[in-house]
Amino acid sequence: MTLGKTIIEKIIQAHSQDEVGPGNIVWLDLDIRSARDFGGPNVVQHYERQYGNTPLSDKSKTFFTFDLCAPACTLKYADNQQICRDFARRHGIQVFDVDRGIGSHVLIEEGLAGPGQTVVGTDSHMNILGAVGCFGQGMGDVDIAFAFKTGKTWFEIPESVKVVLKGMPSPYSDPKDLTLFMCKELGTRSIALRAAEFCGEAATSLDFAGRITLCSMITEMAGIVGFVSAEGPPSVLMPALLSGEMFSLYQADPDALYADTIEINVEGLPPQVAVPFSPNNVQTVAEVRGTRIDSGFIGSCTNGRTEDFVRAADVLNGKKVKKGVMLKIVPATRRVYQELLERGILEILFQSGAIVLNPGCGGCADGHAGLTGQGEVQISSGNRNFSGKQGKGKTYLASPAVVAASCIRGEIVAPEEF
Amino acid sequence: MRETSLKGRIWILADRAGRLIEDIDTDQIFHNAHLHITDMAQMGPFAFGNLEGWKDFPQKCKEGDMILAGRNFGAGSSRQQAVDCLIALKVGAVLAPSFSAIYFRNAVNSGFPVLRIPDLKSLLDGKSLSSGDIIEVDVTLGKARNLTRDIAFKVEPMSEVQTKIFRAGNLFEYGRILEK
Repeated sequence: MTLGKTIIEKIIQAHSQDEVGPGNIVWLDLDIRSARDFGGPNVVQHYERQYGNTPLSDKSKTFFTFDLCAPACTLKYADNQQICRDFARRHGIQVFDVDRGIGSHVLIEEGLAGPGQTVVGTDSHMNILGAVGCFGQGMGDVDIAFAFKTGKTWFEIPESVKVVLKGMPSPYSDPKDLTLFMCKELGTRSIALRAAEFCGEAATSLDFAGRITLCSMITEMAGIVGFVSAEGPPSVLMPALLSGEMFSLYQADPDALYADTIEINVEGLPPQVAVPFSPNNVQTVAEVRGTRIDSGFIGSCTNGRTEDFVRAADVLNGKKVKKGVMLKIVPATRRVYQELLERGILEILFQSGAIVLNPGCGGCADGHAGLTGQGEVQISSGNRNFSGKQGKGKTYLASPAVVAASCIRGEIVAPEEF
Repeated sequence: MRETSLKGRIWILADRAGRLIEDIDTDQIFHNAHLHITDMAQMGPFAFGNLEGWKDFPQKCKEGDMILAGRNFGAGSSRQQAVDCLIALKVGAVLAPSFSAIYFRNAVNSGFPVLRIPDLKSLLDGKSLSSGDIIEVDVTLGKARNLTRDIAFKVEPMSEVQTKIFRAGNLFEYGRILEK
């Protein structure tokens, strides 16, 4: 008897000769393997030490994406990016350079990462690709160097968990509020080392940007990857439309085996904030209302899409960021930047006093905007607020709309107050 | 064939109140300010440089020492440096109830022993393990003994693929064996 398969099992089975089932270790064929400006130079070093000048398994499936320190603002990153560029030229690999933005997003926009595919990169949020039904996985530089050479990786098939959302969040809530609430409810245990499939209207009604937000924080819930059912509004097909290609989407079989089914009530869910120093330490905005802030950040792989900045601009339109407060804005990609330009969103953000920077990761590492000094309190649309990560200050995580509202007031506040 | 029995002094990563620290993330193990470093030999001094109470670990650690940590060790980023910095310090192994998926893979691929020890908390509560004790662990059998206190305990043995990569040395060497 063959049991039905979950989404991850179907994707992996289509890329492996080995029998797929929870706990099985299989060899997986990779459609795309990539490295960033962080991890990339280490991949090059491993590759050259291990394989010398021998060719990659497939240069057309191998990419560099620079997004952490873009353009390089330290000498070390400038060196490291050039190491990758030189390697790329020698091997004929395409580089999505410092002008392009966050690698995982660029791969979607380019039609390289799509439904049913397998993609790896030196980015722990590569599982964000679950948003488009793609099996994405972040890996270290040894794994990626091996993948560059062989086009394969070993993988232990995780158990799958069904997360059923009941009810609909408050109309004042954003996908980020839903996502932070998942971080609270699921913690780092419920879906740890497992694949999650989100069901229920609150999940399936999420648009492309909303799915990106939810799936980007599976890593903070210690999960392997998260998927949303393929049912949903037409905008879910946006990645296919972006690249001009249509994709087939996998659905779990009705008799697929799940390790657990978790029901979470999200009816009327109000805006949420993750307080220092954990993304899983989540309260309602109402509970932390009035907390003084020095700075705000809107961007990151979690909330760097056009839809995110539109929500922020709706709050900021005709208003000013409070004097003494810095609001830093980093579009995820150049395409997003262009959309913001064409739709007049950049004008609104600029007039509000926000600082708009070039596309990239921002905030998550030393090398881009969104760092904090000792004593500074930041509210950010990013995905991590671990102690010391973005600097010695404290970081609260919230939706773009909550960040925007808080920057107008100079303290944490819900957007519905404007 | 690589030795599968490890022996060394243990460090229990606890906070000031003596509680085992859970969810230690890669920015606490190897901070992003040092991500530009590609030479493993230079990574050791930055190990645990952002983990409160443990910033002096590189000075305290000696070859073969083993680290015992709370669940979900290595949460966060995909950086291999969070493994490499411990290899650079010649740390013998990390034992924890669970690891983040990426951290675990990175360690396995580098041939660095990471071992699951599901009942670590009860072992600590029962004073069966304390920092400074010398333990011996067979990574493939999962048998372990606290030599200081003469107490036997169990760890999860390495999986088949983990054992194969460990024995080969690292993923690259294992790949060469597969090609033969």
